[in-house]
Amino acid sequence: MSLLSLEGISKRFGGLQAVSDVSFSVDQGSIKALIGPNGAGKTTLFNLISGVLPPDSGTITFNGTKVQGLMPHQVASRGMARTFQHIRLFPKMTVLENIMIGRHIHSKAGFVAGMLSLPFTWNEEKQIRGKSLEVLNFLGIAEFASAEAASLAYGQQRIVELGRALACEPKLLLLDEPAAGLNMRETAEMGRLIARIRDTGITVLIVEHDMSLVMNISDEIIVLSYGRKIADDKPLAIQKNQEVIRVYLGEEDA
Amino acid sequence: MRTKFLPLFSFSVFMVCIQLLTYLTDSAYHLTQLTMTAYYSLLAIGLCMLIGYAGQISIGHAGFFAIGGYISAFLTTYDLSPHKGKAIVAALSKIGALSSRPDLYGGNILTMHPWAACIIAVFAAMIIAFAIGGPVLKLKGHYLAMATLGFGIIVYRIVLGTTFLGAADGISDVPPFQVFPGIAITGKSSERILNYYLAWVIVIAGMAFLLNLIDSRIGRALTAIHGAEDAADAMGIPTARYKLRVFVLSAVFAAIAGILLTHYNGGIGPSEASVMKSVRYVSIVAIGGMANLWGCLAMSLILNYLSLRGSFGTLDDAVFGGILILIMLFAPDGLLRKQLLSDIRLFFSRRSQKEETQ
Repeated sequence: MSLLSLEGISKRFGGLQAVSDVSFSVDQGSIKALIGPNGAGKTTLFNLISGVLPPDSGTITFNGTKVQGLMPHQVASRGMARTFQHIRLFPKMTVLENIMIGRHIHSKAGFVAGMLSLPFTWNEEKQIRGKSLEVLNFLGIAEFASAEAASLAYGQQRIVELGRALACEPKLLLLDEPAAGLNMRETAEMGRLIARIRDTGITVLIVEHDMSLVMNISDEIIVLSYGRKIADDKPLAIQKNQEVIRVYLGEEDA
Repeated sequence: MRTKFLPLFSFSVFMVCIQLLTYLTDSAYHLTQLTMTAYYSLLAIGLCMLIGYAGQISIGHAGFFAIGGYISAFLTTYDLSPHKGKAIVAALSKIGALSSRPDLYGGNILTMHPWAACIIAVFAAMIIAFAIGGPVLKLKGHYLAMATLGFGIIVYRIVLGTTFLGAADGISDVPPFQVFPGIAITGKSSERILNYYLAWVIVIAGMAFLLNLIDSRIGRALTAIHGAEDAADAMGIPTARYKLRVFVLSAVFAAIAGILLTHYNGGIGPSEASVMKSVRYVSIVAIGGMANLWGCLAMSLILNYLSLRGSFGTLDDAVFGGILILIMLFAPDGLLRKQLLSDIRLFFSRRSQKEETQ
């Protein structure tokens, strides 16, 4: 069963057709990767799915409902969480507080309840904190809970950003280049982590440049080139696909 | 809970000590300026929430202060007795929203009761804040600063140019605000101690509300919006709605401050709406450490008190402008911050390193 499906999605920026007529679907419980050379439209596609940009045409169906045209926070509250290519943590908050933000959609105290510190908010806060600590333990970074997010090493910040998205308990996790800036060891660790996340039942859509990571963990791979989908298949088939080798792998191997 | 309660309690004790000190030194007249300081502080802590925590600047909050003050001043001084026959006046009288009192010339005037005027003024400030905040908060940084500055100037020109608001003279003879039987906000010297405590109890209550808010889910969401708005959005936080709500909240704090100070002073003038007042409030938030409610309250207490005592003389506005310039140059994240001590140490260690290498 597909959790997310795109039908004929197109997006134009002035004279540039960033994404043209892209359709694909992501199966529940799978890891799907989105690859392609620089400027292929991968991040634009991500922004279209997560509601940052509205598509010019086409439909995006998530968990049975149309989500195109919704605001990012509305898409997020329907069970889609994302990370960013350039880390976007809340720098002056602690690691734990960053993760706690991920619980926002699962709690409901408003301005008045917060100001009056109504009794139901105490319970809610306890749950937010408890769930967030669970996430920190799952990721093995509980020791940094009270450190300021900006003070962490780059690789650890990536993990915290992932944790913040996990705290949303999403149905679909969008990862925008999670291995960017990581060394080989950290990349391998990130791969194992993503596979573990999939094993908890979360569907993952990942944009990534690192081929070792993509080929290892993906169930299926989509290849984009100049905004068009040129392949959508299992990793082994992608490696043998002549057009993919020509536009993408070929250029790098040459 | 304890971490919030202890500072609030210590601060209350501190304010009691100040009152006792003025009693022992026979200088109770200081309490007048300290009471006015309390009301200005109420505005400052609300603005601190908006600028420091949510990261949305406003250089127009004197406008909301003036809206609150002028509406309640107008409603509590405008004589309704010539309109007694009208249905609306009869209806207001029926629900107890009117009160009658002798005027200066021995006659009787019929005006709105301060409570009714206060509620109307707060609602008006809320509606105006919603109307202004909606479009304006789509802007960021300098553009938001300029738009709110424009709003402040508009309010200032309106109160200055409107005859029934007293134009350049403002509105005087505003009656005391009978909050509860036996407790009135008034500048009468016999009520000075009571008013000092009443004002600071209101500020401490306001602090308690805001400290609760900061520790809540909403407070974290506001800090997140300040840190990375797009990421906050991606985590399901309705950023536009929250920015608007905290803007309205700070406007309500400003309006309440304006209403209460107007009743305390017995009047309000257009200078309360001036841009320099708005700059003053921003500079207090900045020197208080931006996202530091206690720092903001401490600086508001010190600076407003000194200013009201006339310590800065004719340089009053220049002092606040100067503070803002210095803060922006040397401590753009605000002065009184958690990291202040480590920053100072770093600064001196760098200097000594430099000297060593020379």
